[in-house]
Amino acid sequence: MINLKEIFQPLAAMLLAPLLFGIINRVKAFFAGRRGQPLLQSYYDLWKLLNKGAVYSTTTSWVFRASPVVCLAAVVIVACIIPLGARNVISFSGDFVLAVYLLGLMRFFMVIAALDTGSSFEGMGASREVQFSMLAEPALFIGLAVLARLTSSLSLAQAFSSVTPQVWASHCATLLLVAAAFVIILLAENARIPVDDPNTHLELTMIHEVMVLDNSGPDFAFIMYAAAIKLWLFSVLLVRVLLPVGSMPGWASVLVSITAVLLIAVLVGIVESCMARLRLIKVPHLLFSAAALAILALVFAFRD
Amino acid sequence: MWTDIIMVLLTLTNMVALGTSRIRACIRIVAFQGVSLGLLPLLTHPFAPDLLIFAILNTLLKGVVFPVILVRTLRQLNVWKEEDPYVDYGLSLLAGPFVLALSWWISSRLPLPAAISSSMLIPVALFTLFVGFFLIVSRKKALFQVLGYLVLENGIYAFGVAVAFQQPLLIELGILLDVFVGVFVMGIAMFHISRQFDHIDTDRLSSLRS
Amino acid sequence: MILLLILIPFAAGLASLLIRQDLWRRRLLIAAALCHAGLVAACWIRTAQPLWSGWFQIDPTAQFFLTITDILFVAAAFYAAGYLKAEKYAMSKDFEEHQLFVNAPEAVFTACLLLFLSTMTMVITSQHFGMLWVAMEATTLVSAPLIYFHRHHRSLEAAWKYLLICSVGIAISLLGNFFLAISASGSGVGVVSLMRQDLIAHSSQLLDSWVKAAFIFFIVGYGTKMGLAPMHTWLPDAHSESPSLVSALLSGALLNCAFVGILRAFEVTSAAGLQEFARDLMILFGLVSIAFAALFIIGQADYKRMLAYSSVEHMGILALGIGLGGAAVFGSMFHAMNHSLTKAALFMVAGNILAAYKTKTANDVQGMFSAIPKSAVLWTMGILAITGFPPFGVFMSEFTILKAAIDSGRYYISAIFLLLLAVIFIGISAMAFKMAQGRPEKPLEVAPERALSVWPPALLLAGVLVLGLYVPSKLSDVMHTVAVFFGGGR
Repeated sequence: MINLKEIFQPLAAMLLAPLLFGIINRVKAFFAGRRGQPLLQSYYDLWKLLNKGAVYSTTTSWVFRASPVVCLAAVVIVACIIPLGARNVISFSGDFVLAVYLLGLMRFFMVIAALDTGSSFEGMGASREVQFSMLAEPALFIGLAVLARLTSSLSLAQAFSSVTPQVWASHCATLLLVAAAFVIILLAENARIPVDDPNTHLELTMIHEVMVLDNSGPDFAFIMYAAAIKLWLFSVLLVRVLLPVGSMPGWASVLVSITAVLLIAVLVGIVESCMARLRLIKVPHLLFSAAALAILALVFAFRD
Repeated sequence: MWTDIIMVLLTLTNMVALGTSRIRACIRIVAFQGVSLGLLPLLTHPFAPDLLIFAILNTLLKGVVFPVILVRTLRQLNVWKEEDPYVDYGLSLLAGPFVLALSWWISSRLPLPAAISSSMLIPVALFTLFVGFFLIVSRKKALFQVLGYLVLENGIYAFGVAVAFQQPLLIELGILLDVFVGVFVMGIAMFHISRQFDHIDTDRLSSLRS
Repeated sequence: MILLLILIPFAAGLASLLIRQDLWRRRLLIAAALCHAGLVAACWIRTAQPLWSGWFQIDPTAQFFLTITDILFVAAAFYAAGYLKAEKYAMSKDFEEHQLFVNAPEAVFTACLLLFLSTMTMVITSQHFGMLWVAMEATTLVSAPLIYFHRHHRSLEAAWKYLLICSVGIAISLLGNFFLAISASGSGVGVVSLMRQDLIAHSSQLLDSWVKAAFIFFIVGYGTKMGLAPMHTWLPDAHSESPSLVSALLSGALLNCAFVGILRAFEVTSAAGLQEFARDLMILFGLVSIAFAALFIIGQADYKRMLAYSSVEHMGILALGIGLGGAAVFGSMFHAMNHSLTKAALFMVAGNILAAYKTKTANDVQGMFSAIPKSAVLWTMGILAITGFPPFGVFMSEFTILKAAIDSGRYYISAIFLLLLAVIFIGISAMAFKMAQGRPEKPLEVAPERALSVWPPALLLAGVLVLGLYVPSKLSDVMHTVAVFFGGGR
């Protein structure tokens, strides 16, 4: 019998993820003095796209068709790993490696699908995506390693539930550094400002959006949905580092986490309203600082 | 606890100093370092009136006087950024944590007799010291080198506080005076450099060889 | 008395900023120098009272080095009077690149000279390591404007390098101070102050590893200032670009001050039972310095830079002498005196050559004997002295060090030392004698040589000659006493 509390976590991710985009857009609209789209606009968009047919360029191969499905599948599995509450569906020692690599697989398929189209714009986006993720991924890994070291456990569920107020009191500096690194990684991996601007209309400056220009209909819906879930998952990671919810009783911790994730969406919206996109040349600099923060945290974590 | 927080702040300010290309931001960061370090002896040592005088003087000098001197020089020179250092900013940032790890390793090998208030004091002091050196050798603009010198001095000062050692007030004041006059003279020298050369890139100060 | 020694030049320095007439300012400079020298001479007759519960004290070491400094300073003051008279303060043409430049105001120059003397006195007499550090950094700061007297870009570059490299170096020795403090505070008897006497009295309780670390930092830090290779990089630039009398003071007096700093650290380190370790380090830095100097002297085109590298060499010899121990320490002290006198004289003569030929390239200088005969004689004598020809004092001291090395059975070191000396001898004499002989390529318009620019170096060289033939017993007594402090014997 599948535990209800366990199955609820990926379900929550899949159900609530598109809401994050809605929240971000509403916050940005608020700061710009507009009313903005309805909160559930992303759901409508997804529904609309699913009801359309897909158009495929004749130059593309099966890779291009497989990519959206693989992306969505990968991200859903990751949603089964990263825990909102105590324990998720999949949990074993070393599961964070699987999670990060599944996200890597997702990126890999996005990139080769973009290359498959043969369009120069898409190739450019793919190259940028790879360049930036090359810097972001080590930072993410190191951040997770710090957590593993601090809590001396290799599974995410255990590590996160060991982030107690006591750990915070004794390793405040380390955890703050990890959290800061995760914030930057969250923004970079999900193509948000200041790394990428999801609303830009100029292909030359895009990173994520330009890779999926050729996708249409259900394929595009899959990709959008996968992106939403990815944002959700990174937000969960950040929340679990920042908040010692592990010590709370079962459902309470889940609810608090979900609220916090929604709050993070608000924060992302605020960041996007206050900042301008960085020049592409400056982006590696930002990612370097994420990596530097994570390594600093690692040094601090290993000192005692 | 407070010492730890100051040490983490020191580490982060060092990282910012490594990663920034804007000289003015770096001046602020170094000033901030100076102020937080100036307060440190009040936290680590039992209170004494001469300690208070010294802390106030130190904080004023590093937090107010130096930034004022340096920003004035900056205005006269009209140089705000360093575009092309010997070591790129991203690389400098990445080097930072490794240098920190190195200082941690070194400090773990030093037998420390005196009771120190925080296990982070010595490594972070060493780290600050190394960052100062790094700034001096990896940047071309003379202003950055002066800032590197100040960071180095901050590191040495932190070390002095760390070993819970107090020199007589007179000596401390003498050291402060020296550093002050040093920065002052360097400021004047930089002004002359910019007038003579129309820039303050020290890599082009190269007419004297072998 | 010590207070007067420090305050007279200090007050005179401040006063010279206020005096308007150049003539009076030059007279003040000479008067202050003579006053200072007179006071130091008085110390030879009766011992001076310690100042501030022993923070400043004229121990034999201080007495010896103060004497050297003062002889040089008096000579430099007289030379300066002639030099400043000849300098123009309007825009003048730089003879290397033909750009226009001005000189720094004479008042600032004189003031810095006098403050320089004051701070050097502080360095030499201070018995507290913290005070020593403060004074040492102060010498850097007041001497940097001296280097930038001719306001053109090369001297500015030299002054900047001097300021930055020496400040960083000295910052390192501050760390050495802290290390010494740790070693003293960890012994359990409570905090020992950084007074030299206290440290030596409690030397058995100092923690070995920290004393070792402290000594390394001291030798690197003060060694930067002393010009030990490979930290010497500021030295050739500063010496070649500053006015000649400043080069003379930097080389003859300032480097010695840094040497005193290292000696004080060496004394404490030896007292803590680490003499072997400290000696090995000194030998290492000494030989490396001599080797570096040999490398750069061969093929050097600029005669002032050549003299500067020769200073690196002789600083190496001083360090080597201390490192060898035994009679070599005495040799080292004797050498400090000989080198200071000779090198100061040579720099002053180099200033005369520069004034006559308006070039620092040795190849462009020819026929000094016909153009500036008095300076030519002095130049030849000085070169013979500095390369260690008998019967000059430098020969005697170098021989003492070499003999001590051989006597103690360190044949490799003696062989390397001798070989490097030979290389340097060839390098220097090949360049310098060519300058003196021959005919000037083009007829020179040379002003007659002034008494004030010939007599000071002449007297200094005469001193070196006398020291080579006969050492006054009082001086040799003091040198022996000093040598015993630093691990020497007869």
